[in-house]
Amino acid sequence: MLIYQQSRRGRRAAAQAPLQQGDLSGIPETFRRKQRADLPQVSEMQTVRHYTRLSQQNFSIDTQFYPLGSCTMKYNPRGCNTLAMLPNLLARHPEAPADHSQGFMACLYELQEMLKEVTGMQAVSLSPAAGAQGEFAGVAMIRAYHEARGDAARTEILVPDAAHGTNPASAVMCGYTVREIPSGPDGDVDVEALRKVVGPQTAGIMLTNPSTLGVFDRRIEEIASLVHEAGGLLYYDGANLNAILGKVRPGDMGCDVIHVNLHKTFSTPHGGGGPGAGPVGVSKRLQPYLPVPMVAQSEGQYRWLTEGDCPESIGRLSAFAGNAGILLRAYIYACMLGGEGMERVAEYSTLNANYMLKRLMDAGFDAAYPERRATHEFILTLHKQAKQLGVNTMDFAKRLLDYGFHAPTTYFPLLVPECLLIEPTETESREELDGFIEALCSIKQEAEENPELVKGAPYNLPVKRLDDVRAARELDLVWKSDKNT
Amino acid sequence: MPFIPHTEEDVREMLAAIGAPDIDALFDEIPATLRCGKLKQLPQAMSEMEVAGLMSARAHQDGAPVCFIGAGAYDHHIPAAVWQLASRGEFYTAYTPYQAEASQGTLQVLYEFQSMMAALTGMDLSNTSLYDGATALAEAVLMAVRANRKSKSRRVLMPRTVHPAYRRVVQTIVGKQGIELVELPFDPAGGHTDPAVLAAFDGQDIAALVIPQPNYFGVLEEVDALTDWAHTNRALAIAVVNPVALAVLNPPGEWGQQGADICCGEGQPLGAPLSSGGPYFGFMCCRQKLVRQMPGRIVGCTRDLDGKVGYTLTLQAREQHIRRSKATSNICTNQGLMATAATIHMALLGSEGLERVAAACHANTRSLVQRLGTIAGVAPLFHRPVFHEQVLRLPISADGVLDQLSELDLLGGLDLSRDYPELGDAILVCATEKRTEPEMDDFQQKLQMILTC
Amino acid sequence: MSDVLDELRYCSTHEWVSSVDKGVVSIGITDHAQDQLGDLVFVELPEVGQVFEAEGECAVVESVKAASDIYSPVSGEVVEVNEALMDSPELVNDDPYGDGWLFKIRITDETELDNLLDADGYREVADA
Repeated sequence: MLIYQQSRRGRRAAAQAPLQQGDLSGIPETFRRKQRADLPQVSEMQTVRHYTRLSQQNFSIDTQFYPLGSCTMKYNPRGCNTLAMLPNLLARHPEAPADHSQGFMACLYELQEMLKEVTGMQAVSLSPAAGAQGEFAGVAMIRAYHEARGDAARTEILVPDAAHGTNPASAVMCGYTVREIPSGPDGDVDVEALRKVVGPQTAGIMLTNPSTLGVFDRRIEEIASLVHEAGGLLYYDGANLNAILGKVRPGDMGCDVIHVNLHKTFSTPHGGGGPGAGPVGVSKRLQPYLPVPMVAQSEGQYRWLTEGDCPESIGRLSAFAGNAGILLRAYIYACMLGGEGMERVAEYSTLNANYMLKRLMDAGFDAAYPERRATHEFILTLHKQAKQLGVNTMDFAKRLLDYGFHAPTTYFPLLVPECLLIEPTETESREELDGFIEALCSIKQEAEENPELVKGAPYNLPVKRLDDVRAARELDLVWKSDKNT
Repeated sequence: MPFIPHTEEDVREMLAAIGAPDIDALFDEIPATLRCGKLKQLPQAMSEMEVAGLMSARAHQDGAPVCFIGAGAYDHHIPAAVWQLASRGEFYTAYTPYQAEASQGTLQVLYEFQSMMAALTGMDLSNTSLYDGATALAEAVLMAVRANRKSKSRRVLMPRTVHPAYRRVVQTIVGKQGIELVELPFDPAGGHTDPAVLAAFDGQDIAALVIPQPNYFGVLEEVDALTDWAHTNRALAIAVVNPVALAVLNPPGEWGQQGADICCGEGQPLGAPLSSGGPYFGFMCCRQKLVRQMPGRIVGCTRDLDGKVGYTLTLQAREQHIRRSKATSNICTNQGLMATAATIHMALLGSEGLERVAAACHANTRSLVQRLGTIAGVAPLFHRPVFHEQVLRLPISADGVLDQLSELDLLGGLDLSRDYPELGDAILVCATEKRTEPEMDDFQQKLQMILTC
Repeated sequence: MSDVLDELRYCSTHEWVSSVDKGVVSIGITDHAQDQLGDLVFVELPEVGQVFEAEGECAVVESVKAASDIYSPVSGEVVEVNEALMDSPELVNDDPYGDGWLFKIRITDETELDNLLDADGYREVADA
């Protein structure tokens, strides 16, 4: 039931708003609203009960194993939340002067420095609000670099076919055309195909390494030199940084610009869709173009670097300084991990993924790249089950929900048919992994013995399988009180 | 090990199952030349207690000055229930509701959010959030240029009364796609965009006109005339609004003869703490006919196999994970948790509660301006009606005055000289419903003291 | 096995073209294509009067999980679009060669039809 359906005319949570009705006579009638907006009229207790109950209809990391590939759903430490929400931090106005900001800015400055170290880049800006905005900033910097050199012929960004959809979309927002590079049969980028298309029109390549195919691209150095020799730049999409934290640094791979998803690798919460944060790091030649604001330090004092300090900056990406509260959570997490803890992130996430892959292969599942080492994630293909049993990946995913596990990423990357992209993360125990493996094996058996059972899943959730065709054909996007219930 | 549950025995057995001698062997596909050594520049790990000490000290260092700054971020009361509910692990640690059946909580909240935002703005529908108000405006400009098939010019009219940071963000984001932003001057006496300035563009090919309400100066714009001009000239009207103001101001859906086409803005006043500028959320609402040009996630109501009502992400073919280079935007992760908080905030306050908040802010700001106006040389710069902010002229340079106030633990407004040098020594002040009579008296006394020194 | 009609011409990108009637051809997507896409939820059609080159992008068909560009098989001017699809995109699923047609083009150069696949040629594409 919607909160609107619990609404009664004249009811309200009176303690929540000012007790006195303020004087509005300073606003002439012509500007005034004629009729109140149709918001729910409910009591405080109704509201609390309603949203508490709704929360209970969610799967989440706090309640379930959530191996959503490429999303790095690791445990979000409670301490990060509590400490980022200290009253003075929540009350700080974004335009507060520097003398009331030194503590906050110290956290940001140190986070910039930590990210420089783990990525091997020369400078970092924390301002992008999410991974996709980091991508936009990165490609915009590539463009600014070429333009500053008077090189207007570079109109193309290369994107491997396994890339996240945000990569081509971000490149287009920066005014580039996108050329797709195929992956080879082993999952690495097809270097021969790349060689054919790289040239004077190439502004750069956007590379995720390890890729979304769950493998580390072994020919990364060759790719980097191919693109660099042609005058293009190398963009590193840090979506999968969790796999290599403390093992390889994008800067050492020859990357010119990277973004980091703090809501993945640095364990800030995903919030049912966000907020995230997507800081960008650059090599020396791109440093002048970093988005503002950034934090600088001199003689123990911190100050903002803004448009005036960075005349060649690509500019500002949000009204203030990005998702500051998320940056604080990442900073606190990094403090608790320290250098050694960060190296363990890649080690144990990779251990978990390889363990699952091996056991699932032993149980008769097909890996998309059986000859390859898994990174922090891996792909199964259920092509065989779909073809022989008529039970597809979506059916497996829905049935997993009945077993109390969030489904892995399904049908992505697009080039592996009937795929499940599984990312356990380092924070899951072996028992949890074993439970998931057993569930997948049981579903496989169900699919063989009683395919209709799997195709009808889920059964144990607040709703059965939803009709998304109806949702798109008969659009119903807002509640109207006069609508029949 | 912090946040890693493995015992030594676990590791041993897992490696045995994999058939690897040690964990390092799992990285054997990475070229040895690329492997980095220890991360030496990183600090030693700290315990939760140690970090708590550090963060408390840092927070203490910044203090808690009394805030009379608005300028796009407003110090409103947030009911206790809002973040107690939004911080529940089931909301806080879920992700984008890709598996609808296991995400009905988030999905229904977002459907309610869409419904409330549409009601507040008077528009047909809403998406589930963008990053912030500034990026929402940038996306609205892109959307308008895509949607306005009658226009070929890619020219968008942008009043100088729009928040300066928003204008810079829009330039950053849309500038690379050949969209031209044409600035409109403001009336020096009223602080608003005089509709008469649009006569210079009559008959020209304009894709969209941006209309702020209230504008950056807190001033109310002639939104009906501006909207009608846009439609007469086959341009789309993009409203940029403060959602709390809409509790008392005419909603964009009812501006002029036909209403605005797209409405966006900063959602922070609906339940997001000031928090140094983020996370906030941008909202975007539009007319039904533009729905397929809308960026961002959208939730739809549907039925399950048994005919029971349920909610799911819909119209995903607009989005980057399907449409890739032809998507309406590159946005993926949005500000879902902030939209969740806003939904709870709006449910608790209702339209009457929001109206009381809006009225209290308006009344407090008038009261503050009246107090400060008694000081010699301090006076409102613009004569037109305002919502809850006002520009004041000072007799001396604003930055020095504000610095001194800051030393006295009071943030006395925003210095406008950086973005509007033509205004001279001027500050933008705001008094939300949280500011008390004693705080306003205190501001008056401190300012008087500084100015008479 | 999806239907491939002998009397039509085809593109490897899964569009079909009818034979010429008073200089005009009908264009749609094949049974194989609609089957691969699944239930269509929206069709974005060109506007009458628009002119396309052969292989130009001219429409989009959307299912819940995919969006596919439609390329004009031949050059010419759009003279009619199937308005019924605005409310009933499922017609393309139900009757791809009949009520589910997308648009009609006044063909500029009839010899372009010779470049297209015949039914057998398309069957090979669809089976691949």
